[in-house]
Amino acid sequence: MTENEEGWLYEISPKRKIIDLNFKEIWRYRDLLILFVKRNIVTVYKQTILGPLWYFIQPLFTAITFTLVFNNIAKVPTGEIPPFLFNLTGITAWNYFSQCLTGTSNTFKSNAAIFGKVYFPRVIMPLSNVITNLFKFGIQLGVLLIAYLYVLYTGIKVTPNTNLLLFPIYILMMATMGLGLGMIISAFTTKYRDLSVLVGFATSLLLYISAVPYPLAEVQKEMPEYAWIVQYNPLTHIIEGFRYMLLDTGIFSWNSFFYTLAISFGLFFIGLVFFNRTEKNFIDTV
Amino acid sequence: MKSILIAENISKQYRLGVIGTGNIRHDLKRWWYLKRGKEDPFIKIGEKNRQDTKASGDYVWALKDINFEVKPGEILGIIGKNGAGKSTLLKILSRITAPTTGSIEVRGRISSLLEVGTGFHRELTGRENIFMNGAVLGMTKREIKTKLDEIIDFSGCERYIDTPVKRYSSGMTVRLGFAVAAHLEPDILVVDEVLAVGDAEFQKKAIGKMNTLSSDSGRTILFVSHNMDAVKSLCQRGLVLHNGEVDFAGEARESVDHYLSNYRRIPQIQNKINESHRRHKNSRALELLSISSSHNDLHTRSRMCFDVLIRKNKNITFPVCLTGTIMNFSDMEIGSFFSEEIYVHQEESTINLTIADHNLAPGSYYINLTISKGSLKNAHLSEVDHAFEAISFEIEMKERNEYFVNWKKNWGQIYFPSEVKLKTDI
Repeated sequence: MTENEEGWLYEISPKRKIIDLNFKEIWRYRDLLILFVKRNIVTVYKQTILGPLWYFIQPLFTAITFTLVFNNIAKVPTGEIPPFLFNLTGITAWNYFSQCLTGTSNTFKSNAAIFGKVYFPRVIMPLSNVITNLFKFGIQLGVLLIAYLYVLYTGIKVTPNTNLLLFPIYILMMATMGLGLGMIISAFTTKYRDLSVLVGFATSLLLYISAVPYPLAEVQKEMPEYAWIVQYNPLTHIIEGFRYMLLDTGIFSWNSFFYTLAISFGLFFIGLVFFNRTEKNFIDTV
Repeated sequence: MKSILIAENISKQYRLGVIGTGNIRHDLKRWWYLKRGKEDPFIKIGEKNRQDTKASGDYVWALKDINFEVKPGEILGIIGKNGAGKSTLLKILSRITAPTTGSIEVRGRISSLLEVGTGFHRELTGRENIFMNGAVLGMTKREIKTKLDEIIDFSGCERYIDTPVKRYSSGMTVRLGFAVAAHLEPDILVVDEVLAVGDAEFQKKAIGKMNTLSSDSGRTILFVSHNMDAVKSLCQRGLVLHNGEVDFAGEARESVDHYLSNYRRIPQIQNKINESHRRHKNSRALELLSISSSHNDLHTRSRMCFDVLIRKNKNITFPVCLTGTIMNFSDMEIGSFFSEEIYVHQEESTINLTIADHNLAPGSYYINLTISKGSLKNAHLSEVDHAFEAISFEIEMKERNEYFVNWKKNWGQIYFPSEVKLKTDI
């Protein structure tokens, strides 16, 4: 709420600033943010038998499938690292990004009912989604840690490296990229529903050009003419970087790190612009 | 006194028809015009919001140049026919959608109650949902905590407060939602008449609560309603909207009178039924064409006769019956009538409808008329065609009935014939 000299608290008007983020207002609604996160976590697995165990099952089974398909059948080499750990690491990082993306891209459509009845800063919804996913990510990181320790126990040498200090930045990049891309899509899906269909299969395909089930070096070696697709994809560098710091394997360069950082912040910024333009009138078109 | 809310030149444009592929063309064109510094090419084609005529343009103004001010502590009633722009104005005031042009300046916190129990989650308990709903409406956790006991008490759901809301009856859910809403403390409260859902007791509670809110704590309330009696008794000032424009602004009582005398004129002698009467999608195998009444001087004990012209559009074999609800001009249901089974054979036929003993008090009434499939015997009627405000009639005071000369408003709408005999000992 901006209070000017006349004491007006706020103005309702069609004028739009490019980015209209009112941090004071978002702060006032912080309790709502927390409640939404709580609700998201608590309600998903109500009336399920396995409950929060589902958080473990999904990445574990995906990692097993990938190991069977890519490493045992297709013989993709993963160097010193056991393929299962290699895949689990990639999938854990990938899951966080993709859940932020799909969750955010549905913001307007799935919340139309509540957005149509009451006002609160709309950005609370995608934020709560990102925070909820952070919680899930934490649990899945725990699973990864257990697998990691088991591998160490069996005598195979895996060590993280000093890049581990960049860990928070990697999380930030995944979150901002998921949010940014999601917000852009959410803005367009209010008018053009086609996109929500697209997002579903696009994210599952995106996984394959983001170096999740294989190391980047392998693509460069085997298919040099197509490697650029994977190389220019900023997600590749997040996944590779994530594996690099935890398993000390793969390619890392500061160039690609800053390239990814710039793109994720850029996407976040563009996403905010689109989100802002949409939130004021979307209820008329949704 | 300084105004707490000033609305200036509020307009809102909507696109008619389906949002589809034409949309992307318009979007691109609009973007191209704005890019070159020209004005929006589609903002010009909008026309007045008249629902009974066919629009020539693709865009329509749901609201056009609305101006008004609200002083602190005032209750403003916003009235108008369906589609006059009330809901759109409400949405703009609650910041759900932005106006196309114009601005509203607000000095204070606005909370809007367009629905009871927004943000309730079925799986959460009553207590958790109080926090959820409160936060959605703009309360902080601390505010809710201090009022929690009061809210639970007001809702009357104490026993079930730790049970998931999905196990609640619909009445309990509404009560819980309203209990939270009633403890909001915004500077300006925007209330839709949907609050009037629920039973009569609940409505009374809701309106009573609004009354105390404004008189005790000087809360400013903007109240949108169809219920003229509620507007008259609750509001100080009124705003009448018509086709998206402010038609009248003034005292609540005057506004209601203005509205009733200008927009609720339903023909008394003969009325053709057209699209403006139809609000439901029905098969219309049988269609209501017109209704006419032969007399002009009805009084409380007189019989009423109407001729209803109907047309058969499809070959139907089932029996139908003619039913109707008599409404007063405050949109309150007074009573209903049901005919016996009718078998329609001809393509066009006239049904003669007689209401013999109605005992309606003096005043103005209208009829919502329905043709339904089925009969009263099998206790299931399904609509075939329906006409809102099919015809109106006036019950007059007759010299013969001296009693009615001063029939007062608070005597209700029905006269009960009674016999009084003094019992005397012989």
